Amino acid sequence: MTKTTSPASARSTGRRGEEITKILFVVPAAVAIVVLFGYPVVKNLVMSFQDYTLATFFTGEAPWVGLQNFATVVGDALFTKALVNTALFTAGSIAGQFAIGLALALFFHRNFPLNRVVRALFLLPWLMPLIVGSAAWRAVLEQDSGILNVTLERLGIIDSPVPWLASSDVALVSVILVNIWLGIPFNLTLLYSGLQDIPEELYEAAALDGATGWRSFRYITWPNLREVVGIVLMLGVIYTLKVIDIILGLSHGGPATATETIATQSYERSFVEFKFGQGAALSNILIVISLAFAILYLRATRRRIDE
Amino acid sequence: MSARRPRAAIRTAVALVLLALMLFPVYWMLNISLQPSGNTLSGTFFPTDPTLAGYRTALQDQGRNLVTSLLVASGTVVVTLLVSTPCAYALAQFRFRWISWALLALLISQMIPGIVIANALYTLYERLGVLNSVPGLIVANAANAIPFGILILRSFMLGVPPSIVEAARVDGAGPIRSLVSVVVPISRNALITVGLFAFLFAWSDFIFALTLTTKGTVVPVTLGIYTYLGAHVDNWSAVMATAVLACIPAVILLVVAQKYIAAGATGGAVK
Repeated sequence: MTKTTSPASARSTGRRGEEITKILFVVPAAVAIVVLFGYPVVKNLVMSFQDYTLATFFTGEAPWVGLQNFATVVGDALFTKALVNTALFTAGSIAGQFAIGLALALFFHRNFPLNRVVRALFLLPWLMPLIVGSAAWRAVLEQDSGILNVTLERLGIIDSPVPWLASSDVALVSVILVNIWLGIPFNLTLLYSGLQDIPEELYEAAALDGATGWRSFRYITWPNLREVVGIVLMLGVIYTLKVIDIILGLSHGGPATATETIATQSYERSFVEFKFGQGAALSNILIVISLAFAILYLRATRRRIDE
Repeated sequence: MSARRPRAAIRTAVALVLLALMLFPVYWMLNISLQPSGNTLSGTFFPTDPTLAGYRTALQDQGRNLVTSLLVASGTVVVTLLVSTPCAYALAQFRFRWISWALLALLISQMIPGIVIANALYTLYERLGVLNSVPGLIVANAANAIPFGILILRSFMLGVPPSIVEAARVDGAGPIRSLVSVVVPISRNALITVGLFAFLFAWSDFIFALTLTTKGTVVPVTLGIYTYLGAHVDNWSAVMATAVLACIPAVILLVVAQKYIAAGATGGAVK
């Protein structure tokens, strides 16, 4: 590899020095990964088997309690509710984001003036802090003076204001709709670049065989886009499972427990009730769920990474 | 050609309508921020009598928090670039036996929920006494940005021809010199992409702001907005004005750095 002209001995010390330098290049990142990911994962696992509460910070004691934390959080009636909400929130968000994102990607795949500019502006909601998106929607969805209810009333579609975020029947749907809005840019961007990678000749050849419109989508676009679709869906699921900002900002998990998910529950156990052991148990459950999807994701991307 | 033109014009019109729908909440935020303050929202679609009162209140209440966010985000950019550049270079140019394991670890690390990191860092920070500190938040935010940075930079640096590096080596440059004076200048665009996204990640961070600050002494603007929102909003125009101010980095990015965004979005997994 190295093309030094120095004598053999100098070369070997130089080489060793270089080997050390090479290792040093990686050390800061390795330390960061261990401290910021390795340590948290291990610490969470350990904490989930301990009675780790606010008192622990004063006494330094966190007695082992075996599976007690898991039994407590899973036995709680809220767990089933949070699990169902997590499933609905994730499935609803992904289905909506993907369908709209794909439709928009197909739309923008055609040529027309201003295409690039408009597509770029579609990214704005994605680049803003999530909490800003939540704040904007709070203003739109506000029950009495929010513009959505005001407009619907002006048009005569509704008689009385819809409690978008204030009713336990509607709140989860509202939160899902806002999360769909936030996820559209991500889906649009990735699917659009996937479409761009499909060679134009395939469509031309298919057109000669009479495949246009729906048939060309079915037989050309979809099969060639499948790898990207897999990645978009898996990433979407993994990101949506851990969403906290949007739910806290919009509905704070409420009203009552209507929009609690595993992630928001984990936050509340740890940082509102200061039962860190129980919070850790919940977040470990979340990791296991994410990991199941991560394995799918890794299988889908392995080929891309190896390249 | 002439038959196509009206069709293209129709598409542009449709695109603009879709864009208006998509950005309506953002417009609404801007509209409310310019209207007189109050605990009820205005129903007029245009600020006919615009006032900057909301912004005055916002800057009074949240000005400090905007500065805090700026410090945290800038610090995160510096830490992320310093840590991920040499590592990405090593992973791209040197042969390590464990390289595929390292990449796997990086990918998995991006999937760890923020709450897991917050849970553990809170207990660690409490012991180290770095809760409620800007450096504490910088380190936590680097957690989001470093794996992303390494992956983006590595995939770019894989494309740097080894012959260029070797030429520098023949001239007597060591690995560090050849990184700084050859690879870094070539990778300028990738570095800008990573820097911009590191800034945006840290600027947008909410979970670490929420969990790793407890006293209200160090409050990033995202947490400021969250507290402002509360259960009941007293001054909508101030809240919306703060939200608009918190959007400035995203808007600047869209206007001046659009090509970098596309590179970041397609090159790796974001958010």
